[in-house]
Amino acid sequence: MNLHHKMDEADRRNRLDDMAQGVLSTPMDRPEGPLKVSGTATYAHEAQPEGMLHGVFVRAPRLGRVVEKDDAAAREMAGVEAIISGDRLLRNPAQGTANEAPIQGATEVHYVGQPVALVVADTFETARAAAQSISFEIADADRAPTDPRNYDSPEDEQSSMGDLEKAMKEAAISIDQTYTTPSHNSAAMEPHASIAHWDGEKLTLRGSYQMLKYNRNELADALGVDPENVRIVAPYVGGGFGSKLGIAPEAVAAALAAKETGRPVGVAMTRQQVFESTMRRSETKQRIRLAADANGRLSGIGHDAWVSNLPDEDYFEPVTQATPFTYRGENRMIGTHVTRVSRTCAGSVRAPGEAVGVTCFEIAMDELANAAGIDPVELRRRNIAEQDPTGDQPYSSNKLDATLTSGAAAFGWDNSCPAPSSRREGEWLIGQGMASAVRVNTLMGSKARVTLDPDGTATVETDMTDIGTGTYAILTQLTAEMLGLKPSAVEVRLGDTDHPPGAGSGGSWGAASAGSSVFLACQSLRGHIAKALGTDEKDLTLKDGQAIADNRSVPLSEILDAPLESIGEIEPGDTGDDVRQATWGAYFSEVAVNAVTGETRVRRMHGTFAAGRILNPKTARSQCLGGMTFGIGMALTEELMHDPRDGRIVNRDFAEYHLPVNADVPQLTVELLEERDPWANPMQAKGIGELGICGAAAAILNGIYNATGVRVRDLPATLDKVLAGLDD
Amino acid sequence: MTPFNYERASDISEAVGKPQFIAGGTNLLDLMKLGVETPDRITDITRLDMKNIEDHEGGLRIGALVSNSDLAADMRVRQTYPVLSRALLSGASGQLRNMATTGGNLLQRTRCYYFQDKSSPCNKREPGSGCSAIGGVTRLHAILGASEHCIATHPSDMAVAMQALDALVEVEGKDGSRRIALSDFYRLPEDRPDRETVLEYGELITAVVLPPAPTGKQTYRKVRDRASYAFALVSVAGIVSMQDGKIAQVALAFGGVAPRPWRDLEFEAALVGRAPTRETFDAATDILLRDASGQGGNDFKIPLLRRTLRAVLTELCEE
Ligand SMILES: Cc1cc2nc3c(=O)[nH]c(=O)nc-3n(C[C@H](O)[C@H](O)[C@H](O)COP(=O)(O)OP(=O)(O)OC[C@H]3O[C@@H](n4cnc5c(N)ncnc54)[C@H](O)[C@@H]3O)c2cc1C
Repeated sequence: MNLHHKMDEADRRNRLDDMAQGVLSTPMDRPEGPLKVSGTATYAHEAQPEGMLHGVFVRAPRLGRVVEKDDAAAREMAGVEAIISGDRLLRNPAQGTANEAPIQGATEVHYVGQPVALVVADTFETARAAAQSISFEIADADRAPTDPRNYDSPEDEQSSMGDLEKAMKEAAISIDQTYTTPSHNSAAMEPHASIAHWDGEKLTLRGSYQMLKYNRNELADALGVDPENVRIVAPYVGGGFGSKLGIAPEAVAAALAAKETGRPVGVAMTRQQVFESTMRRSETKQRIRLAADANGRLSGIGHDAWVSNLPDEDYFEPVTQATPFTYRGENRMIGTHVTRVSRTCAGSVRAPGEAVGVTCFEIAMDELANAAGIDPVELRRRNIAEQDPTGDQPYSSNKLDATLTSGAAAFGWDNSCPAPSSRREGEWLIGQGMASAVRVNTLMGSKARVTLDPDGTATVETDMTDIGTGTYAILTQLTAEMLGLKPSAVEVRLGDTDHPPGAGSGGSWGAASAGSSVFLACQSLRGHIAKALGTDEKDLTLKDGQAIADNRSVPLSEILDAPLESIGEIEPGDTGDDVRQATWGAYFSEVAVNAVTGETRVRRMHGTFAAGRILNPKTARSQCLGGMTFGIGMALTEELMHDPRDGRIVNRDFAEYHLPVNADVPQLTVELLEERDPWANPMQAKGIGELGICGAAAAILNGIYNATGVRVRDLPATLDKVLAGLDD
Repeated sequence: MTPFNYERASDISEAVGKPQFIAGGTNLLDLMKLGVETPDRITDITRLDMKNIEDHEGGLRIGALVSNSDLAADMRVRQTYPVLSRALLSGASGQLRNMATTGGNLLQRTRCYYFQDKSSPCNKREPGSGCSAIGGVTRLHAILGASEHCIATHPSDMAVAMQALDALVEVEGKDGSRRIALSDFYRLPEDRPDRETVLEYGELITAVVLPPAPTGKQTYRKVRDRASYAFALVSVAGIVSMQDGKIAQVALAFGGVAPRPWRDLEFEAALVGRAPTRETFDAATDILLRDASGQGGNDFKIPLLRRTLRAVLTELCEE
């Protein structure tokens, strides 16, 4: 009854279009929405069992090697049950899909704020007071510098085609500029939190995680136990944005503490700890070279990125990920350079790679458009490639032209190349800016079990997570559509490693991958029903609990005498390599820059996106709105500030890490273009979660240039940087 | 947060002389959670009778417990002291303003990153330990009135407007009550940045007294890193009256640039009696900024203050 499908070739059946229930691709509200807004959805730290103890981390106050810990006062405090330190504590979270423990040990301090002990007490307040009373003697030790320098250039991260130097020399117009972006934090609303509970050898962890099948192995590895004995439960996740891809220090510490005390232990990080001891996006420096003819047609592209991470971390920010296939240009040099720093671990944050890479590239494209005197929309259109220029791969679909055209019309783009500083309203200089959006599309292996009951209800089970994106909604709709049920007859159970392992939420692959496994399970259930009716699955219509075929309509209850169960499994295959799969879009913004103070206000912003079949226009739109909002933050305000002397993050709270607030976010509009991408998966849907941020900031920075003539190349465009170029 | 004893005062005389008052708690509690403030006793003053805004000697007497929201919304404040109403509404968020009190706002501590991080030396937190901000990240820091021991700024918006309004702080101590001009209320850091005001131990702020409203136009302009919910990089509270095309009276106070709401009478004098020209503004601003110096990360505040001030004066001098 199970159905496994490997994505080795395009699936042009468009089976979902044959379904009759009419709930998929409608803007259905999230089924769990009422629980969330009424505060009854239990997030990780809210499911507190009887007798739970509280753990609070002690942070390393400086870099070096811990030689002594003075915890005498803490041990004497009434209510303190244990102080956990030692070799198993995590230095930093695991990277996404690591599937094994990250570096462990609490003696070597590699960044300020590293958790070096956990105090466990009967109340959170006692644990915190005790944690604050512990002092450390930390000796100097050889550590990586705190500011990035001396980069390595790993050979397999450098690629070239043709002769870029020559192309630059011969170009009618060339751009050679360097851009920087600062460290960012995911800044999810729900801080990292875990509650661990042992029952003999069996560990149950209630956590806030994005990819449970990996997290389970990472946790087991960190603890030195069999993954079979580890269960992770995460039905609701209050945002992750990459920061909860891998198991984090609080989960391992909670498990160790629960083992030692024999009681459940909950560890919730404080906001300051989330900032300094989870993940940051690496700062980047990017040199971008563009060679073009007088018509703006690219003949050469250079994109070098310099990024950092802690010693012994494999991950680096994949800044240039989309550069090879976004535009034409036969001469290329693309490379990534990495250095080791004593700063908070660098990992995945909100669309790793494209968020910063496409942003800087799209600023460079704007510089080219200005230099060439070509409308920036037209410039991009002229540079759309026929196929992925780096190989022989065709695009599975390339909707850049369509999104540019449609977006420009929806926004009311002025294609007359208005000169910088040409529009003023009182103190405000007004400008327009645009940028392309592009993000790689990925399919991941995923499994789901769907059970159809004779009473006409269905249950979906997978360890897939819903991190606020709408997984519950789309899997409900998909199942209802395939099985001909009302959405209210479908129950989706997520976030439990006891369920079949799903793709997890990350890299925008969640909906398409987990959805495909549900699709396959439903397809096999349909096959079973069709067989019972003596017809072919293709000729079967399921609607409102009725099976319809050959002019007969039979209630499901008459066909099934027992629950029917199927596990669907999607496996990525050749379509990942045979074609270049990506999602596309375009952003347009109108900005106002204050001529006195340099403050920028985005007045309106529009995004048009194409990402295959849109499963739910409401949740898809919300993802795009969120991405564009993060784009506003990246453009104008967001920056983790590292102390120049020891690399510590100094702005560790929401008062000083400036995410956009409501007043920063104007009317945003989103347009989603319908398409089917047969290469992506059997649903012809692609990932959309991250697309909304991949270049968004550039639309604003390009708008600032158009408003003022000031080109900000070091993000964010805080007022001091704009001010420097304004008339006195 | 270290465990502490909690006591609630039922009248003013009972509160006076007690340790560590707590009002809205929006600043004190945050600092206690960070371990920056570690009182072993706190005295809750929220039940005291200090919640009224009264007409007083031609001006207003604002009880120390009046919330920032209520004060900003008061019709008398909105009509006669709009600079104050605007300053209040530019601060924090709606939720915070509902809790924050007039007394607590005056006494909120600096937002200096290093003051809030217990593992960094800080002369304000631990006298003699050093100043980590110097040589560190200084975006928030002072360009005026700082010392080699401390470069922190006072974060309040409300106090800047009150400074321009010549407000008086009414306090109750063991030896009775006294009124302190706001301009004398805050100390400069010099070599004791831990001593931020002239208040004695156990002295309770009971009210802020506003003299009769000055004539002329008022405004508050706050420049910050995002449109709302951020502390001032530079702010200007201005009151200007004009006569016969000349500046007759001015009161200007500045926030985000100094360890206290900044006012400079010599600078103001350089404006009075003159025509409101760019030359007048610039010459006076040279006086205001004569001792200004940046720390690198906050150098931009000098041109920013100059530009913002010029725009404010231009607006206020328009007849
Ligand atoms: C995220 C955030 C953003 C903010 N943004 C801004 C901003 O943009 N602009 C701005 O101006 N402010 C801002 N604030 C600060 C806010 O205005 C202050 O926290 C608030 O005004 C403090 O008032 P409170 O009553 O809560 O003080 P509490 O926290 O209760 O007390 C603060 C101090 O005052 C003392 N105290 C209180 N009342 C008295 C009294 N009557 N007599 C003697 N001592 C007393 C207390 O002992 C304590 O030391 C922000 C705060 C936060 C948390």
